[in-house]
Amino acid sequence: MPEQQTFKLDSKTIPFRDGDTIMDAALRAGEYIPHLCHNPEFTPHGSCRVCVVSANGRHVSACTQQAMNDMEVDNRSDAIMDKRRNLLQMLFVEGNHVCPGCEKSGACQLQAVAYYTNMLSPHYTHFFPKRSVDASHADIAIDFNRCILCELCVRASRDVDRKNIFSISGRGIKARLVINSDTGKLGDSDLTATDKAVHVCPVGAILPKHRGYDKPIGERLYDRQPVSQVGDVAAHDEDDNHG
Amino acid sequence: MDPGKITSSIQLPGPGDSTLLLQHLVRIQAEFNYIPDKAVADLSSSLGIPAAEIRGVIDFYSFLHLTPRGKYDILFSDSITDHMLGSRELITDLTEKLGVTVGEVRGDGRVSVDTTSCTGMCEQGPALLVNRLAINHLDQQRIEQIARLIEEDVDLADWPKEFFQIDDSIQRQDILLSSMASATGASPDTLTTLLSPEPDNVLDILQDAGLRGRGGAGFMTAIKWRSCRDTAAEQRYVVCNADEGEPGTFKDRVLLQRYAHQLIEGMTLCAHTINASKGYIYLRGEYLYLLEHLQAVLQERRDLGLLANNISGKAGFDFDIDIHLGAGAYICGEESALIESLEGKRGIPRKRPPFPVTHGYKNQPTVVNNVETFIAASQIILHGAEWFKGAGTEQSSGTKLLSISGDCERPGIYEYAFGTSIRQVLGDCGAHDTLAVQIAGAAGVTIPSEQFDRSIAFEDISTGGSFIIFNSDRNLLDMVQNFTHFFAHESCGFCTPCRVGSSLLKDLIDKLHAGHAGHYDINELNRITIIMRDTSFCGLGATAPNPVIQTLTNFPEIYERQVQHTDYEPAFDLDAALEEARQVTHCFGPEAHIKS
Repeated sequence: MPEQQTFKLDSKTIPFRDGDTIMDAALRAGEYIPHLCHNPEFTPHGSCRVCVVSANGRHVSACTQQAMNDMEVDNRSDAIMDKRRNLLQMLFVEGNHVCPGCEKSGACQLQAVAYYTNMLSPHYTHFFPKRSVDASHADIAIDFNRCILCELCVRASRDVDRKNIFSISGRGIKARLVINSDTGKLGDSDLTATDKAVHVCPVGAILPKHRGYDKPIGERLYDRQPVSQVGDVAAHDEDDNHG
Repeated sequence: MDPGKITSSIQLPGPGDSTLLLQHLVRIQAEFNYIPDKAVADLSSSLGIPAAEIRGVIDFYSFLHLTPRGKYDILFSDSITDHMLGSRELITDLTEKLGVTVGEVRGDGRVSVDTTSCTGMCEQGPALLVNRLAINHLDQQRIEQIARLIEEDVDLADWPKEFFQIDDSIQRQDILLSSMASATGASPDTLTTLLSPEPDNVLDILQDAGLRGRGGAGFMTAIKWRSCRDTAAEQRYVVCNADEGEPGTFKDRVLLQRYAHQLIEGMTLCAHTINASKGYIYLRGEYLYLLEHLQAVLQERRDLGLLANNISGKAGFDFDIDIHLGAGAYICGEESALIESLEGKRGIPRKRPPFPVTHGYKNQPTVVNNVETFIAASQIILHGAEWFKGAGTEQSSGTKLLSISGDCERPGIYEYAFGTSIRQVLGDCGAHDTLAVQIAGAAGVTIPSEQFDRSIAFEDISTGGSFIIFNSDRNLLDMVQNFTHFFAHESCGFCTPCRVGSSLLKDLIDKLHAGHAGHYDINELNRITIIMRDTSFCGLGATAPNPVIQTLTNFPEIYERQVQHTDYEPAFDLDAALEEARQVTHCFGPEAHIKS
């Protein structure tokens, strides 16, 4: 029988299988590596960069880097946490994220990971982009102010729902999520509340209507436990995902 | 070239092939000055691509538009070399004459004027594109003529021919260029010679010659070709990266113009070696003027049996080449983004590994090489590894074409053996009182005079060929500002650090340039550059902060003299911001002003 392959995640020894990424093996071992665009149900994307680790001295994203035998991965040092905090701050100033007024507060992965990395302020100059809210759909609302371009809805709609309702347009800081319908409005697409794409958003961009604040702030998923213990919001019961 | 022929010479794609989306869009843009909604809908149904995705592709490329551009669509090349030659004054001049605002279409739809990233005419700038065709050597007189031609609505085909004249500008030849100096047109004998050695033998010769990729990364060509050949596949592809977008580079333009046959010989050699039957030349949209010439060269070779079927009389050796046009996206020079673009999509770099050499175009093994690399490969097979190794250093054999522009008497193409010092290059091209040389483009290195004894080589200063000279009258901060704007414009937007960081850097450099920055902002620059360098998804993001990093290290004085002697300064003029309040309250005395 071949010897079990392992790598070191900080001080812990993590076993892995052929083809595993650092993230795959860490998740299986119950080790938390902060992330936003990664969801184990989908092909790794590598765009948010929040899962940056130092593997044998090289900065890589844990969700895309293949695990290698005897690799030494730094996931917890101050230097790595500092990079993640900066990436989160960049995400915060790029969009319009107003946690106190957000329906997703307490069950938002962006907010939870920001707390985890000890982010105390957005630090950078806000871009304050002019973005819209699309409430044209009967059951689902989309607030583009909160989109972080993780493309999970794009991937879910394309790969699971087979509807291709979301895609990305523009380039650079003008890159943005768009809806594939004649009018560009969600209400004119064939999105339904049971679509996978509606249940993968890590932030408060895609929200089901008619049930805001069912669960009061203070009792939500990340109000009770840190993201490092409970993981992705998408992996939890629907009631926890929204207020 | 006759601009009327542009649309007909872009290959009309077959129905239903989604990889040809971008080529359809380029053709439609040329025909209508924009992509009408009807065209998006038609393409969506015929190619089976969602309309939003097609609009996403249009929105990605600078040369494609969802709303009409002017009948005469003018794009000024906006590189630092154009600025140094006075392009910004000329833009003001032209827009004033035509009564049009930069970035907008004139009310009557006649003309639009905007800027675009470096068009690769740096040694003969300032330059512009009119309906994608290059006009160089701009001066006030030429601008005046252009304004008149537009007002009189003169068809582009009737504009003075000398406007569209592109110089070769070869100033110095070494072994590569001189080996081709006498070459004329298609040569059946040359191709027979190239195809006579066994593929293994070709790989051994290239290995022995030590040929490394000329795009700048310097990967061993023999290893790349061998890995591609050794990967089991139904189909393999040969792709020529002619998306020469690095600001300050223009040597591929000259090679394509003058040595197209040698390039295609190199691609055919590669196809024969790796067992490929299909090739592509990905030609940057800025080089549209070369399209007709390249198509003619391909056709000539097909007619002579040097391309297409049973090449050179070798039964079963079939290989043909299509040209795909880019549409204004620097990132497509990155090989995996280029492949995405070649497949008709937005040019977003792929995760690597797997590398294109095993999973490239249509997920098949693909060799992507620079124009200069393919040409060097064919010349090595013709003249031998020893000939090639006779020039250069142990780790960097052969020669490199440099594209020299900026402050010197004789800008142009210079071929040097690797290992040549910057000092010698500067002497040869007539550069005086040089403050700095920017080598390898916007993402390259800024070399101060005390380092002019360093040399051009993979082991020292590696470059795809861009070499921009700044004399001591220049403010290098102008260059930094130009490059940070360039990267903010060209970032594909996929990953957080590059998408957001490049815009943050741009804004900070603008603040500094305007004299509003303090020491706090210098620390901020440092902070952002480190995040971009360490966490970006691809090489563009990782190297986009280089102009800032390089100058902060080598020329800190350009920052120091700009900063206010306070820790922090706001990005705006506080006193001026109070003007509205003064107006409203009718308080205009000294108490209503903030002392600066």
